[in-house]
Amino acid sequence: MLLIITNDIILLAHGDGGLLTHQLLQKHFLPYFNNELLGDLTDAACFPVQTGRMALSTDSFVVDPVFFPGGDIGKLAVCGTVNDLAVSGARPAYLTASFIIEEGFLLASLEKIIISMSETCREADVKIVAGDTKVVGRGQADKIFITTTGAGYLLPGVNLGYHCIKPGDRVLVNGCVGNHGLAILLQREELGLDSQVVSDCAPLNKIIEKLLHQFKGVKLMRDLTRGGLATAAKEIALASGVDIWLNEAALPVEESVKGITGLLGLDSLYLANEGKFLAVIDSGMAEAAVSALRKEPLGKDACLIGEVETGKGNVYLKTVLGGARKLDMLAGAPLPRIC
Amino acid sequence: MCLGIPGKVVSISPGENQAVIESFGIQNKVNIFLVEEEVKIGDYLVVHAGYAIGKVNLQEAQERLKLWEEILVAE
Amino acid sequence: MLNNFQDPGMSRQILQKLIPLAEKVARHLGRPAVLMEVCGTHTMAISRSGLKNMLAGYLELKSGPGCPVCVTDQKDIDKIIILARQPDVVVATFGDMVRVPGTNSSLERERANNAQVGIFYSPAEAVTFAARHPQKEVVFLGVGFETTIPAIALSVTAAKNQGLENYSIFSVHKLVPPVMKVLLGDPELRIDGLILPGHVCTITGRKTFDFIAAEFNIAAVIAGFELVDIVEAIYLLLKQVLNGRAETVNGYTRLVQEEGNIKAKNIMSEYFEPVDALWRGFGMVPQSGLGLRKVYSFYDAAIRFPVEAPESLPPKGCACGDVLKGKITPQGCPLFAKVCTPLQPVGPCMVSSEGACAAYYYE
Repeated sequence: MLLIITNDIILLAHGDGGLLTHQLLQKHFLPYFNNELLGDLTDAACFPVQTGRMALSTDSFVVDPVFFPGGDIGKLAVCGTVNDLAVSGARPAYLTASFIIEEGFLLASLEKIIISMSETCREADVKIVAGDTKVVGRGQADKIFITTTGAGYLLPGVNLGYHCIKPGDRVLVNGCVGNHGLAILLQREELGLDSQVVSDCAPLNKIIEKLLHQFKGVKLMRDLTRGGLATAAKEIALASGVDIWLNEAALPVEESVKGITGLLGLDSLYLANEGKFLAVIDSGMAEAAVSALRKEPLGKDACLIGEVETGKGNVYLKTVLGGARKLDMLAGAPLPRIC
Repeated sequence: MCLGIPGKVVSISPGENQAVIESFGIQNKVNIFLVEEEVKIGDYLVVHAGYAIGKVNLQEAQERLKLWEEILVAE
Repeated sequence: MLNNFQDPGMSRQILQKLIPLAEKVARHLGRPAVLMEVCGTHTMAISRSGLKNMLAGYLELKSGPGCPVCVTDQKDIDKIIILARQPDVVVATFGDMVRVPGTNSSLERERANNAQVGIFYSPAEAVTFAARHPQKEVVFLGVGFETTIPAIALSVTAAKNQGLENYSIFSVHKLVPPVMKVLLGDPELRIDGLILPGHVCTITGRKTFDFIAAEFNIAAVIAGFELVDIVEAIYLLLKQVLNGRAETVNGYTRLVQEEGNIKAKNIMSEYFEPVDALWRGFGMVPQSGLGLRKVYSFYDAAIRFPVEAPESLPPKGCACGDVLKGKITPQGCPLFAKVCTPLQPVGPCMVSSEGACAAYYYE
């Protein structure tokens, strides 16, 4: 019986639970994801737990293109969930990864994604302990979708929450905003811009853990993914019933990002980031926290960008002109304009 | 509707009416057919939707800066 | 040197001079001066800088019909939507158009329903796309004012030179001077000065806008798009108002010339001819649009795909025209916040996120 005619692309049979599924797992997933919990290939990963509280988060990744400057869907799938746990004050420990693959997807591409996931897991010090693979027919999915779920232990003594936020607190960000969203947008062939903007995709758990360990005055953190900085700030302001004033002159934005957003009429405040977090911190520790962050590669452009005031859930940008611009949540994905 | 961004010409392919301009460190290919004056390396062009619509007159720009200085010292 | 134009310090300093001047003008007029810009990019720049609120009480800044996307009529959008539903048609558009609503749908919705909608930064890229996809019919939405129209005309040249048979234009281009004449001709309109669109003027030339002073006795300043350009234009307008003058002053001399870009104007008239056009909120404005000339009908999507949109009247009572003219506030419109909302906008003042009604709605 000739089972494999080609071994370069994913076939529906790779997802039927039979021989090809087994081969896919053994040859392409396990060599990279291998750890004592996954290696058993039992139906569930079983592990001992520590005392305290756990955090659980899940996210699906459908990014198009699958490969982009600065990362790929695999790296993103690990970072996204790791960062969600990290900004919640947890130390990420375990991930599950579920793949939905469109038939015809290149095995070489899949392997590249798997390698990238395993490297990012190593960087973030997390393990993929359970997984699943399904293959769907042409057109039923776009190339590859990945869902990751992550579990982590809440760091002892860390107590983050909207209720901790008080007028006078400062707002900081760990670096330049807008890169990921713009990097993805620029991959569209129709835009015809060759400019290389690199996604900031990175696991933030280590830098955040250091920050939380050193500075007990951190009140709340958010990663600045879809909707960008402005949407995250608005959500925080609404949930905690304060106003947030961001200072336009202090916002870190790379020159190239400034240039292209100007060209395409985009606003870096609303572009997605995958390696950036915002923290609300007690004003007394704010400057020291920024200095500490700046010693880390993922925080070298950290800045204080605003402060909390009494109010009703509004976010304002103090403009370079000295005026105030009210910021709302993102309304529809950013599109390049000519107007 | 008229986003237009100035960029500095870094290279020209005259036969194809194309030039590469740089703004904010980003290089971009633009069509220069519409520019009436001769386009030289180092010129600044304002680009709208991929087409240069005009060349920045640097002397006029300088004059403008002077005018603002005058506004500022005015009564 | 051009970096100096981006220095916010200069804008702040001029602003310090501008506020006392605005107070003086307000005393002179017995009310704050009313200035209007007629360019979507100025609207955005003013909104993003917070300038309007900083000047509130000293002078009033209004937005005129300066966003060609927002003023594209509902009927035209309906036709575009039907075009997008044709098999093998790819609608190629600037991103601005994707969310603008027709009667029952938008390109965004159509894309969700399997229509092919491509977002392009330049029409040149749409031609390249057409060359790469010979089995598709690429229809470029010709939306825009004088600034954009030459670029779209040149994309037809490029398609012609490459022998492409699958590229065409759906022209809903608009011209700025005719609609301004309609606007300024309204006897109830009270505007003391106009901030003119710098990039439209780059093509048309300063002289084209001399009619504003000659026919309507209103001060006008052509402005560039850096903050400092806008602040300076306001300053120069107030000076004119205070001195009782009305002229069309070129404040964007580094780009705008008296006669404009003659090459671009020639290209425009080689390909296009003036036609009557519908403006959302304004209705029919004679000779305010541009259609492809007969000799280029091969590239005219309206002729190649003669679609008819079902007759559908916009909800009666849209008063965007009156809001734009400053006759009423958004709340004076019977549709405001009831029928017309940012998610289901009727008129251009609600379509644009910076439009008068949308801004009012969020406050």
